[in-house]
Amino acid sequence: MSPERKATIMSEEQINNLEKQFEERIARDEKIEPKDWMPEKYRKTHIRQMSQHAHSEIVGMLPEGNWITRAPSLRRKVALLAKVQDEAGHGLYLYSATETLGISRDEMYEQLHTGKAKYSSIFNYPTITWADMGAIGWLVDGAAIINQVPLCNTSYGPYARAMIRVCKEESFHQRQGFEIMLKLSNGTPEQKEMAQDALNRWWWPALMMLGPTDAESVHTEQSMKWKLKRKSNDDLRQQFIDQTVPQADILGLTIPDPDLKWNEERGSYDFGEINWDEFWQVVKGHGPCNKERMKARVGAWERGEWVRDAAMAYAEKSQERKKKQVV
Amino acid sequence: MSELQLRFQIQIQIHMKKWPLWEVFVRSKNGLEHRHFGSLHAADADMALENARDVYTRRNEGVSIWVVESKNITASNPEHNGEMFEPAQDKVYRHPTFYDLPDEVKHM
Repeated sequence: MSPERKATIMSEEQINNLEKQFEERIARDEKIEPKDWMPEKYRKTHIRQMSQHAHSEIVGMLPEGNWITRAPSLRRKVALLAKVQDEAGHGLYLYSATETLGISRDEMYEQLHTGKAKYSSIFNYPTITWADMGAIGWLVDGAAIINQVPLCNTSYGPYARAMIRVCKEESFHQRQGFEIMLKLSNGTPEQKEMAQDALNRWWWPALMMLGPTDAESVHTEQSMKWKLKRKSNDDLRQQFIDQTVPQADILGLTIPDPDLKWNEERGSYDFGEINWDEFWQVVKGHGPCNKERMKARVGAWERGEWVRDAAMAYAEKSQERKKKQVV
Repeated sequence: MSELQLRFQIQIQIHMKKWPLWEVFVRSKNGLEHRHFGSLHAADADMALENARDVYTRRNEGVSIWVVESKNITASNPEHNGEMFEPAQDKVYRHPTFYDLPDEVKHM
């Protein structure tokens, strides 16, 4: 055997060894930090999931941004503004955490803008009435919280730290949404009808946010090992339904599912079939607003280019001026 | 190279320059140290401070912020953790419990 061949075998063995140690560290609940050795697949999976998460926060500003100027009162307006600003912040925490894995911010933007990277499909639905602001906060942020809380314990340190900050801020989002729904539900018959209509439109897409059924989910096993996931999609969905149905009762609204029924034996709600064709259609880009969202996002990026360049040119000029003064 | 070409080249260079990455450290209240909060992009230090205010202290998380351009940080390499940190492991005599004292000695 040639020395070179031997060297490759050695390194393969070494890699296997490193991988084993790596998995053991995670099993012991140790955190992985940016400069630590990690398997390439771990890096790639995290870049994919974390950047998609960041993109979702950024695109998630668009449906709500639609209503900032039309909020019915100053109280609602400051709350919505603060919520949208939080989402920008969450996107930024997550982008910077993802950058620690060796991908640049611009590469991530490019992946989003070219459609190579996905974002949560829920943001491809339109926000046609004020009640949608309530339904989004209550249901969409509610489902997001269920998805996100387990990530505060995930194995990659920068992701876990970002998620702790995100989760702390997210609960105000859900409460402000529920308050909007409550106000409308206790208002005029037209207002209540508006709230019911929003629930009708957002209920099923919110259930889809918890991801494909376990049978269809491709990443579950590996993700469980790396603590990117603690519970399966179906378990998370059941948790969401069980906690949300009583809240709908408080609102006096009806969940748009004729098969929804308390199952005494399971101690959980049984629910109807989810339209997964719709889910995959939206994922593949054929939702009601996919094109509009990307157009708004790419447009904002392009229209802001001269501002970014001007800021950079100004920074460089100031730097040079300072240097000259020193001489 | 003509003046126009030169100007075009300079423009491209400006265009290619991305906002650098900054690390953000926040003191949450007086009496506590600055702690690493995360990072962000900004054209210069002043903008980095303003962005850090907006991104990391929207809910009174801080009373003081430091920003430092990430490229100016020198970090130890975890692969060298052995030679870096293990020498401290066998120096138990640096801890008070290493020393035997009679029980009668109080408060030491």
